[in-house]
Order: sequence, then C-alpha cells, then structure tokens
Amino acid sequence: MGEIVLSEVRKSFGGVSIIQGIDLVIPEGEFVVFVGPSGCGKSTLLRLIAGLEDTSSGTISIDGKDATRLPPAKRGLAMVFQSYALYPHMSVRKNIAFPLRMAGLPAEEQQRKVEAAAKVLNLTPYLDRKPSQLSGGQRQRVAIGRAIVREPAAFLFDEPLSNLDAALRVSMRQEISELHHTLKTTMVYVTHDQVEAMTMADRIVVLNAGRIEQVGSPLELYRSPANLFVAGFIGSPKMNLVEGAEAARHGAHTLGVRPEHIDIAEDGPWKGMVGLCEHLGSDTFLKVEVEGVGQINVRVGGDVPLRHGSQVSLAPQADKLHRFDAAGKAMA
Amino acid sequence: MATQASRIAGRLMLSPAVVLLFLWMIVPLGMTIYFSFLRFNLLMPGTEEFTGFENYSYFFTDPAFWPALVNTLTLVLGVLVITVVGGVALAVLLDQPMWGQGIVRILVIAPFFVMPSVSALVWKNMLMNPVNGLFAALARALGLQPIDFFASAPLASITAIVAWQWLPFATLILFTAMQSLDREQMEAAEMDGAGPIWRFVHLTLPHLMRAMTVVVLIQTIFLLSVFAEILVTTNGGPGTASTTLTFLVYMQSMLQFDVGLGSAGGIVAVILANIVAIFLMRMIGKNLEA
Amino acid sequence: MAREASKGHKAAVTVLAWGVALLIFFPILWTFLTSFKTEGEAINSHPSFLFFDWTLENYETVNQRSDYLAHFWNSVVISVGSTVLGLIIAVPAAWSMAFVPGKRTKDILMWMLSTKMLPAVGVLVPIYLLARDAGLLDTKTGLVIVLTMVNLPIIVWMLYTYFKEIPGEILEAARMDGATLSSEILYVLTPMAVPGIASTLLLNVILAWNESFWTLNLTAASAAPLTAFIASYSSPEGLFYAKLSAASTMAIAPIMILGWFSQKQLVRGLTFGAVK
Repeated sequence: MGEIVLSEVRKSFGGVSIIQGIDLVIPEGEFVVFVGPSGCGKSTLLRLIAGLEDTSSGTISIDGKDATRLPPAKRGLAMVFQSYALYPHMSVRKNIAFPLRMAGLPAEEQQRKVEAAAKVLNLTPYLDRKPSQLSGGQRQRVAIGRAIVREPAAFLFDEPLSNLDAALRVSMRQEISELHHTLKTTMVYVTHDQVEAMTMADRIVVLNAGRIEQVGSPLELYRSPANLFVAGFIGSPKMNLVEGAEAARHGAHTLGVRPEHIDIAEDGPWKGMVGLCEHLGSDTFLKVEVEGVGQINVRVGGDVPLRHGSQVSLAPQADKLHRFDAAGKAMA
Repeated sequence: MATQASRIAGRLMLSPAVVLLFLWMIVPLGMTIYFSFLRFNLLMPGTEEFTGFENYSYFFTDPAFWPALVNTLTLVLGVLVITVVGGVALAVLLDQPMWGQGIVRILVIAPFFVMPSVSALVWKNMLMNPVNGLFAALARALGLQPIDFFASAPLASITAIVAWQWLPFATLILFTAMQSLDREQMEAAEMDGAGPIWRFVHLTLPHLMRAMTVVVLIQTIFLLSVFAEILVTTNGGPGTASTTLTFLVYMQSMLQFDVGLGSAGGIVAVILANIVAIFLMRMIGKNLEA
Repeated sequence: MAREASKGHKAAVTVLAWGVALLIFFPILWTFLTSFKTEGEAINSHPSFLFFDWTLENYETVNQRSDYLAHFWNSVVISVGSTVLGLIIAVPAAWSMAFVPGKRTKDILMWMLSTKMLPAVGVLVPIYLLARDAGLLDTKTGLVIVLTMVNLPIIVWMLYTYFKEIPGEILEAARMDGATLSSEILYVLTPMAVPGIASTLLLNVILAWNESFWTLNLTAASAAPLTAFIASYSSPEGLFYAKLSAASTMAIAPIMILGWFSQKQLVRGLTFGAVK
C-alpha cells in the first residue's frame, strides 16, 4: 500500500508548461518533501497526484494501479491544505467524520474512528466545537484528523504549516513527524521552507521551474548538492558562492563554501573587514568584505570578540569546498 | 484550475441559466423586430401584412416621438443629477459623528422600499394635490396660491417623485463606500495643512468615483423603464408633456392595440438603451476592473 | 483613529441629519398617520399632525371591500415564487462560474448584466401575446415566470459574488474526502452559502414585490399583486385619502421591515458586489 510512481508527468495551463516531465518513485511508507521556490510547480505536482488537476501527459500510478484519470475521491489519498479547508459549518466531530460519511460507513463505526483519531491528536475536548472556535494549531490537527480517519494510501500536505506562528510551526512539525513514525504511511509534503524539508523528510525532491533538480536524503543534499541551485537553496544561512579568480584557483567556475565551514584563523588566506555582526549567543553571523573575493557570510561560535569594522582572516575548510562548472553542475 | 470532469459539470450547470436567459432575450426581441415590419393591430386580427419600414416612419413622425425622447432623457438625467449630488451630500453628512445615526439611516433608506404605485399615489394625492394636498395647505398657510403641480410642471413633478425613490439608494451606496475611505490619508492631508474643501475634492470625491459609477449604471437601467409613476399620476399628459418612450410604446401597443407601431417604438427604445449601455459598460469596465 | 469630535459640532450634525432624514421620511410618515384619520379629517384644509381622532376603520374597510388579502397573497406568491425559481436556476450557474471559471465566464456575466439593460418595453408586445396565447395572462404562474427571468441576472450576479468568497480549497477538500459533485454542493457549499443565498432571496423578494411594469401590464384582476391593486386607486372613484393611506401602509409595511433588515446585503446585491 502507498507506493506512488510518476512517469513523464507533464502539466501545462493554456500553453504554459508548469511541470516539464517528472519521473519519480515514492516508495511505500516514505516521507517525501517537495521543496522549491514559489512558482516552481511543487504545489501543482501535488495537486496532480491528488487528482485536483488533470495531468497533461504521462502517468501517475498509486499502488501499482494507473490513477492518472481517476477523480480525486477514487484515489484513496488524503490531503491537508494550507488553509486547513475545514468545513466551517460543521463541528470538529462532523469535520473528521465527513470522509467516513461520504464512504457510507455506519454511524457507530464513524463515531468510533472519529474518537480514536481525536484521542491521538488531543482533540477530544474540542469535538463539539466549530472550527472558528479553535486556535490555528488545533485547526491544523482537525485537518490532519480528517485525513487520518480515511486510512489513506498516502497523505498529501500542501504547505500545512505556513499559516502558523514560528513557535507553533516547530511543534506541529514534530507532531507530523511523530505521526509518520506511528502510522508508517507514505507522506508527500510540499513546502518552500528548507528547514521543514531538512527536519522532516526521508527524502527531499528539489524542484525548480517545473523540473527536478535533485532527489536525495537531507544530508546528501547538504553534503553534495548536484548543482548551484540546490547548493543555494539547501542550508541556512546560504552557501557562499564565489566566482572569478578565487574560483579559478580551485579549478572551478564557481566555488561554494557554507558559512559554517569557514574558520577564523590568523594565517587564513581570505582577509577582510567585518561588516554586519550578529551575536545570537550560541552563534555569531558575520558579513565579511573579503579583498578579491567579495562579501562572505561566516557562521562562527558564540563568543568571538568581533564587531563592525574589525579586521579578520578567514580560512575555508579545504575538504568542505564545493566546485561547480560553468553550467552550474557540481564537479567531482 | 480544475479538472476536465469538473469543467464539464460546470458547463452543464451553467447552461440552464444561459439558455433560458438567451431565449428570454432573443425570442421576444426577434418577435418585436418581426412585428415592427408588419401592419398589425389587435383590433383587426387577420389583416397583418408586411409593410417594411412604415411603422418606423410613423413612429418617428409621430408628434409625440420627439417630446417623448426629450422627456425620457430629461427624466433620467434629472433624477441622476439629483440623486448623485444629494447622495454624496447625504453620505458625507451621515458619515459625521452624531446621535442616533442608526435611526437616521433607516429613515433615509425607507423610500426605496416603497412600491412605485404607492409613492406616486401618495405624492399625487396627499402631497401635491392642488386642493386637498399638504403642499397646497402649506401654501395657503403662507398666503400663497397653491400650485397644481401635475398640470403646470408634470415632468418636473414626476422627476421629483422618482428622485425621492432613488435618493436613498444612491445615499446608501455612497455611504457604504465612504466607510472604506482611508482615514489615515485624510489625517495625513490634514497634517499637511489641507482644508476640508480641498480634502473633499481631492480625496473624498475620487474615492467615491467608483460608487458613483455604479449608482449611475444601476439607476439608469431602472430609470429608462420608469412606468408606474407616470401611469398613476399624469398618464403621460397633459398632452405629451410627461410621456416617455416607455410610456409612448405602452400607449400605442396596449391602449391603441397597434402592435406594429408599438414594436417599432420598442426597437427604438432598445437601440437607445443600447447606446446608453455601451457608454455605461465602458465606464463600468474601466471602473470595476480594479 | 477617529478623534473625539467637539460636542457642538456633533450636536449641529445631529440636528441637521435628523431634519433631513425626517424630511425624506415624511411622505411615508404622513401616509401612516393619515391611515388612522377619518376621510373628512384626511382632506381637512388645516391638516392636523397628531391631534385627531385615531380610528382603525380604514383598515377594516379596505380589507372588507377590496379583497386586500387576496392581492397581498398574490404579491407573496409572485415575489417568493419567482425568487425561489430563480435561485434554483441560478445556484448551479453561479457555482459553475465561481468555482470552475472558464475563459468566457467574465463575458457571460457581462452579457447577463446587459440583458437587464434591455428595456422592458422593447419586449412588452411579444411577452404580452405569448402570455395571452399560453393562457398565462392575469395568472400568478405567468408573472412568476416573467419575474423569474427579469431578476435572474441579478440573482446569478449576487450569488456569484457570494460564492467567490468561499475558498475553493474547501470544495477541493470535500472532493479529496470522497464527496461526489452532488454531495459537495449539498453538504458543503450550500450550508456555507446560506447567508449569501438568504440575502439574495431577501433582496429579490423586495425587487419582485415592488416590480411595477410587468405586474401592471400582465394582470387585470385575479392575479393582481399589491402594485396593481394600489394603482387602481388612481381612478377617481377610489379617491379616499384615508383608505388609500391604509392600503398603502399595508402594501409597503412588510417589505419595509424586510428591507431594513437587509440594508447591508442590499448594497452588495444591487451593485453586483462592486461596493461592499
């Protein structure tokens, strides 16, 4: 149950190509995150899997069966929307029971399943409230509850946390991860937030302009980005990308080094002046104007005695350098 | 953004309304056009024959035609001017802080809900009647000669009645639009030293433009068809002094039973309305796109 | 940040606004008062405002003599009937345009609006003849059909603007939850759209109640709603001010009460959502 296979999937709206030939296998039980900048087609791809949009060409199969032309209701998938999309006129109980009611389950069984789901999601005290009487996090859990009760082949999440405040986002993120460990059902999760992608995914699919840039586990993408796009997208703060003479010295068109892979060293090759200096306590973020290289972001420990205008020497860690050719591809 | 299946369902669900409206528009309109080329009187059944543009030439040379056209435009423009100017003034007034604003608003809106035949009768008999009306009583109390409104100024009297009915509508819409006026912008202008008149002309009026457009459009649609007010008060008279195109066509087809002539008149009214509509749709298109 | 206006300014505005409002409302108030006067008092050349012998006899007479209740019932049937029929046709159409918009949706909406601009008089003769030949002249059925078509564009537009505000994601959620199109509309869309549908209903009942072109031209006696009934008072033998006032008060009271409740929706509805 729950394997999703996309082959040569394309989608265009009125002649504009949004998804340009996607091949992807999502094995059963995996937590896959689609990540990319806005407009990259990640939400459209999810909606194609859901059946909310027609696939222009290519096939989507779920559990080995061709589902390309099936209506959403017949695909056995459940979706959690960005706006939660709760039915405002129904109580929490009725919201969660709705898919069961549509499936024609007997009332007692609906009741039993709703209460089981409510227990898992700590919603039992709120079952008879309307969505408008709930907080953002509770609404999110109702939306998840509505998805769980169907026992779907896979869960689809469309940026489910983007309407929550920062603190709640972190705790919901953990709840969804735990849910995945408990249910062991396939989950496909769309986000533009690379931190969510890194922390939740078994595997990340990086999308850009309707194409897959790279597929891999979070650490694979972090350690060996396949191209400049992935290098720039994954990791926070962003990887420094240096062109010109300094890159040529390393035999590359573009040289990439992550801020956390640069040390402050007396004899460091890069010398410059500290511009912005942010002391976060645990870390310090520096913007350094390095002569002949350009502006470099550096992440160092919490107690460096530097401030705006300090002179500093930097040493990039030699084994953590990323080299890219003129086409932006990673060099071996 | 939807699937093929839902698009098909959408089309199926849209079609009854579209088909019915299309039939409602095209069948009678086609019949009217057809009748307008016939000699066709309901009192003489069986004598219908094709006459070309004869009905049109009769209609245009009817001594009532030009007065009716002028009366129609006078009525529509008169009511529009009164209601828009009065509506803006009332909207600005109602927007000020006051006691009992809710009740004031209810009182101002009330005439809109009065059916045309009632308002026409009430104005004609109880207010404007030269003998028993309240205005006559007032005039006498002031030592003046009571005015026979419908004899001496029939069109102006009807315009007043219709304006009374539509003033609430304009006020309500303009007042609603006032609510969305950017108060901070107003205060910023005040800080910059702009006086109340400058603020009204340069901030309030432009903000109300869109609402005024809507008022003009909607009212024009209804005003071109003003009927009951005329039927009840003057019956188009005296002479043709208060006959509008709508009323002229009504008289020809429903009172003289001359279907051919009435139909030609109807088509003229349609063409006139279309000319107005094209202007309005353009204006609206510009103003509503945003 | 509204400032506290000076008391003096507020008092002046209050006096002015109340004065204007009472002036505008006066004809209705006068009608209401006159309905409680005797006929003699009603045409008294020194009209009295409140100090007269209040009587209910006009209401009794109007009800007994002119079959007021029958006309009232006609008005109810025609306005409610045409609105409900219109809603049945318009709900699916508005659903379709709001949630499955195509390239031509905007054009269709504009076209519907343009049919409202067709002057009624342009189609008076054919509608009259068609109604006559179908035996629908002076029948409630005939007027229900005509008024349904007359108000259909407004109903569609109003519903469309209300439906547009319902997030499409909720309907998609229903689809994901296994709802068929009919259950989607029945269990999800309709309950959410109830406020919008209710105000559409209210506004169109008001419009149909007061419609005075078709109701006057297509009815004679038996199906005549209040608009036509009141218009018959314009003939000389009906010139009894007090009775006219009583009949008028009864004709406008129900709709005025409905109207005051629906002020807010009225603006949205009549401006096709352009002013909120």
